Amino acid sequence: MAINEDILKAEREEAWRKEVRDSMKPKDRMALPRVRMHEVDPNVRNKSYVEVNEGLTLEEARNEARRCLDCPNPGCMTGCPVEINIPKFIKNIERGEILEAAKVIKQTSTLPAVCGRVCPQEKQCESKCIYNKQQKEPVAIGYLERFTADYERESGKMAIPEVAKANGIKVAAIGSGPAGLTFAGEMAKMGYDVTVFEALHEIGGVLKYGIPEFRLPNKIVDVEIDNLRKMGVKFEPDFIVGKTATMNELREEGFKAFFVASGAGLPRFMNIPGENSIGIMSSNEYLTRVNLMHAADKAYDTPVFFGKNVAVIGGGNTAMDSVRTAKRLGAEHVYLIYRRSLEEMPARKEEIKHAQEEGIEFMLLHNPIEYIADEKGRVCQAKLQVMELGEPDERGRRSPVPVEGKIETIDVDMVVVSVGVSPNPLIPNSHPDLATTPKGTLEANDALQTTRSDVFAGGDIVRGGATVILAMGDGRKAAASMNDYLQNNK
Amino acid sequence: MNLIVGKEHFSENVVKLEIEAPRIAKARRAGHFVIVRVDENGERIPLTIAGSDLKKGTITLVVQRIGVSSDKLTSLNVGDKVCDVVGPLGQATRIEKQEGTVLCCGGGVGVAPLLPIIQAHKAAGNRVVAVLAARNKDLIILEDEVRKSADEVVIMTDDGSYGKKGVVTVGMEDVIAREKVSEAVIIGPAIMMKFGALTTKKYNIPTIVSLNTVMVDGTGMCGACRVTVGGKTRFVCVDGPEFDAHQVDFDEMLRRMAGFKAEEQEAYKAYIDKK
Repeated sequence: MAINEDILKAEREEAWRKEVRDSMKPKDRMALPRVRMHEVDPNVRNKSYVEVNEGLTLEEARNEARRCLDCPNPGCMTGCPVEINIPKFIKNIERGEILEAAKVIKQTSTLPAVCGRVCPQEKQCESKCIYNKQQKEPVAIGYLERFTADYERESGKMAIPEVAKANGIKVAAIGSGPAGLTFAGEMAKMGYDVTVFEALHEIGGVLKYGIPEFRLPNKIVDVEIDNLRKMGVKFEPDFIVGKTATMNELREEGFKAFFVASGAGLPRFMNIPGENSIGIMSSNEYLTRVNLMHAADKAYDTPVFFGKNVAVIGGGNTAMDSVRTAKRLGAEHVYLIYRRSLEEMPARKEEIKHAQEEGIEFMLLHNPIEYIADEKGRVCQAKLQVMELGEPDERGRRSPVPVEGKIETIDVDMVVVSVGVSPNPLIPNSHPDLATTPKGTLEANDALQTTRSDVFAGGDIVRGGATVILAMGDGRKAAASMNDYLQNNK
Repeated sequence: MNLIVGKEHFSENVVKLEIEAPRIAKARRAGHFVIVRVDENGERIPLTIAGSDLKKGTITLVVQRIGVSSDKLTSLNVGDKVCDVVGPLGQATRIEKQEGTVLCCGGGVGVAPLLPIIQAHKAAGNRVVAVLAARNKDLIILEDEVRKSADEVVIMTDDGSYGKKGVVTVGMEDVIAREKVSEAVIIGPAIMMKFGALTTKKYNIPTIVSLNTVMVDGTGMCGACRVTVGGKTRFVCVDGPEFDAHQVDFDEMLRRMAGFKAEEQEAYKAYIDKK
């Protein structure tokens, strides 16, 4: 999907846009400082589940919007996987038309309140902002997106995207995470009869079981899901496609095409001695217990360990979510153990900053090699190999290598392993006609069509472990591809 | 929400529930399990399917009351609804024609998931000898159903109140001593499966156990159920629940299954006090 430049240019020349643009000189715009996000005090928030970022005020948002130069060739848009018309929404904020700004975002993004909170903007839209070339901080596009979505939601005037006349064609999304939800929204807009199948009892996938409340409150996700319902999307929780029914069986029930967005699935372990001791779990298990099953709340039956000395292994967003959760559940010491240095850490910058502020103890260039358990089999110590950075790997990241003989031992009573995930084999195993890659992900072409023409796939089941926004981009692309396919195969 | 349409007490703490789940009833095979969440505050617990009725669109679960979740579930009555039932999960049992006898051993409520396997082996033309073991007569369940499919049934009770006195392995040894056993299937408490596996190992009899470890999602996502099989970490929910009994690290599994014991006991006590 290429950005239609002619439309963009025409829109940029509309009278209101010119008026807003000409109301202030670029030089004056560039002199404005980037807005700071209001955050709950680190020592308050690390004891509660309150959302850390508090959002911007209307005044702050309009001020930040003034910084945007409304570039003729907006680089920011090329950095956005769902191609939000960023200058148009920001200029609407500048002129005070926040609900209009929200409509602009929702033209291409199904979950703006989510993206505004969890996207790694510093690697996407904001990394392409013209300000970077001037060694200045980019426009806070992510904050503005979040502001717009929150403003609209709180206004009580939330716009439901227009839905085309029902065409009566049944299609299915498999998985209700960001890819599946985005796909469902896009297909509903085009008039399709969409059902989203979800294996768990809650709709939302990783947005519910993975990302904690302090970063993405469930009620925000629920509002987005409700909007999809209002657009006619149906949801079937407790339904595992491939187990409860196969795609072929669903075809017999009238489904014409499928979008597989079943996510990353299996957590990886390091296969080191002692790793199956009690108290050692995957970040998926830890976060699912706390987020989906509410295990830290006495009113719920699911248990969870409340470690005093917790080690979390890994450097991604999930590792950050895990350390910060452990702190909130009362741990005295929470160690983030990462085998490379801060520079190579894949987590969002904001999460790293928040974790540091909240008192997480970073043990960089350390890698666990063994766990020691007590007489009951419960982990009590971790042996860590000290690392140093060697040559860069194929992705340009410097590979960590062990410093011979340097081994440290720390006392821990709980360990969360957050070293990545492998694709869930459920769908490939139950549908042998879908080809997989050597990594176990589903094979899909550029249009996200799998080796079976009526099956499309996107998100982590194809990518193997990526971000919410890339999954959403896939959902949108797959919807367009599926629409082409269904229109050509009537 | 899934409606309970049938309930039968096998003993004070063991209950058979018939639950509406038409799609699962149709898709399930011997060896499959479901994840059940009893109510909005409930945990997700794995339960092996004991049978299904295609006409009624129901599945059968046999539940032993041991903690909060099983207490909640066994307290439900006909007409009540279970919040979530999802499945069928796991790999189905591999059923092959065997030259010799298939020895099917069930301990306690383990007889429930064993029943469909016995039926499947019988349907495949195998000679099936079942050994049903429990602490006492009251805890022997599904005997009539097993008798309908198995060629022979040996009952073992710890106290000798029914059948032969002794643990399951005594009954197993008797059968192994008198006829050629080609395969064994053992389902029951972890400790019983451990010793059953040691017994068949002595005679090099290929043996399958069905593991019932702690799970959260049941679809491979969390890894709570992981066990070491043949030196490798495997997930019971997606790789199992059945494994080669002689490769399973039972001691590690027993430890892991007791991981939340203190929390569970405390929660159950609080639950009983409230009740």
